[in-house]
Amino acid sequence: MKHLLSTLAAAALCAGVAQAEDVTIGVSIPAATHGWAGGLNWHAQEAERRLEAAHEGLNIVIAAAGSATEQANALEDMVAVQQVDALVILPFESDPLTDPVRQVAESGAFITVVDRGLTDPSIQNIYVAGDNVGFGRSAGEYMVDRLESGAQVVAMRGIPTVIDDQRMQGFEEAIDGSGIELLAAEHANWSRDDAFEVMQDYLTRFPEIDAVWAADDDMALGALEAIREAGREDEMFLVGGGGAAAVIRGVAEGDATIPATVLYPPSMIATAIDLTVARFMSNGPVEGTFNLASPLITEANAEAFYYEDSPY
Amino acid sequence: MTDITQAKPARPRFSLDWKLLGPLAALVLLLVIGAFLNENFLSSANLLNILTRSAFIGIIAIGATFVISSGGIDLSVGSMAAFTAGVMILLMNWMLGVTDVVWLIVLTGIAAGALIGTGAGLLNGLLITRGGIEAFIVTLGTMGIYRSLVTYLADGGTLSLDSDVRGLYRPVYYGDILGLPVPVILFALAALAGWIVLNNTAFGRHVQSVGANEDVARYSAINTDRVKVFAYMIQGACVALATIVYVPRLGSASATTGVLWELEAIAAVIIGGTLLKGGYGRIGGTVTGALILTLIGNILNLTDLISNYLNGAVQGVIIIAAVFLQRGLSRKQS
Repeated sequence: MKHLLSTLAAAALCAGVAQAEDVTIGVSIPAATHGWAGGLNWHAQEAERRLEAAHEGLNIVIAAAGSATEQANALEDMVAVQQVDALVILPFESDPLTDPVRQVAESGAFITVVDRGLTDPSIQNIYVAGDNVGFGRSAGEYMVDRLESGAQVVAMRGIPTVIDDQRMQGFEEAIDGSGIELLAAEHANWSRDDAFEVMQDYLTRFPEIDAVWAADDDMALGALEAIREAGREDEMFLVGGGGAAAVIRGVAEGDATIPATVLYPPSMIATAIDLTVARFMSNGPVEGTFNLASPLITEANAEAFYYEDSPY
Repeated sequence: MTDITQAKPARPRFSLDWKLLGPLAALVLLLVIGAFLNENFLSSANLLNILTRSAFIGIIAIGATFVISSGGIDLSVGSMAAFTAGVMILLMNWMLGVTDVVWLIVLTGIAAGALIGTGAGLLNGLLITRGGIEAFIVTLGTMGIYRSLVTYLADGGTLSLDSDVRGLYRPVYYGDILGLPVPVILFALAALAGWIVLNNTAFGRHVQSVGANEDVARYSAINTDRVKVFAYMIQGACVALATIVYVPRLGSASATTGVLWELEAIAAVIIGGTLLKGGYGRIGGTVTGALILTLIGNILNLTDLISNYLNGAVQGVIIIAAVFLQRGLSRKQS
């Protein structure tokens, strides 16, 4: 009886701030085809578990898509089958998904866009933006701090996309005029295997390398193996990016080979879901743009960004 | 290609095998280009890197030579490698909680890898022969299944081998015997074994007969189903061997492991002179094909001559040119 009463009291409290009817929120994200996307899926599921437990009547539906086309199909299902009240989407690509998201908005749903902006920003109610230019810039500025003029660095890019271009642009802008020479920037496709091979070839090609910038932590880990195998880990350091658990742990422990990484957290999907839920459960306004910073992670602050269970 | 049946014991000519010399010519040409572009290209460290790297695709392609010679195709090898690697890592990490004997853990992991790979090949073979489903569809299906399974096992992220186990397992990729890296030695042994089986055993002749004309092979009292199942099992065993070498390299497996390896393996086989429609296989050519594919990537990484965005185009041109060289020369000869 006591238990029933407390449940009733809790329900009454909830009803005080929240709307009485059920709320369905659709979450559309890329499938876990590489490390960062794996982290994205994990954090989305964590947010679902946490928020559904906290709010009665809240239903979060996550749909992972393997391509832009699949994502557009998933959006149609969100409207037709799930009849979502809100959509949280990390679009595969900006252009092709703008119209499908517009369709969802026209069904009356509240729209939250994450990371990659749509071509027409007027569709969205909330935009949670990652900073890819800042991602490259933070890494570049760290190198400018640590290296002398005349130092030689190599870069490792991801898959040729807008994200990759922005990160590279930020990095080049940061080291521009510092006297640091960028020897080469090959694509290692955000893959550990490819990064291992690209790094081996850099080591063959350049007798002297002072630092390596990898535009993702997975690539940093692959490159690290190649550097260790060649026995040249004393000669250079690596800066990664993204916020992979294995790299952050190393940074926290004071690893000299990867002394720093840049945060580009896959957990930004949780930020977006939280804000969207707040639209229905909170009495405060949430609409607007949220620019997430890409801060540098070093030994000093690494602990704060470490999630032991995250797959990325 | 119907002349390669049991009825005719020897090929009419094999004094000058242009199907093998064509790809070799392409290989030599690439080596010359590489040497011109970068002074370190011909260093032993770089050449050993190339050989070691080509071991994965090369070993898988040796198995693919059997499957393709028999008139089949296996699209599942890349996913199969990723899945095998994932299970091996999970098993070895789990065993660490049960026993302290690390060499036993590594051996069990390797044995499990061999079993899974060969078993997956058997499954493909049985579905194709007993199930009567086209090889393309069966292996397209298993490709998706294994890829999803490894993603599921890794929770979408990366499975990493415990560093204690990895320390002992490491030499299987990084070690060398008399200066030759272990993966290169295993690649050479696999190629030698594949060459002997394909060219000097009754089974090898049966594989090519089945690929040339399955009906004729059946009327010649060849158990065609069994030959095909064995071909897919050899493919599975080769995938297992490649995976056993792969796991200690980075000590990890993820959803991106082995992506597109199936196409690279098939490309290596065809560049090497084996016919995609079956009936004729060349292990030596396959080895050359695998080396050519690795060389292209290596040369592109060693130079800035070509925009990064065009890497795929360069690869495409060289693959087509290598096959043209091979076909063009052999056509002139006959």
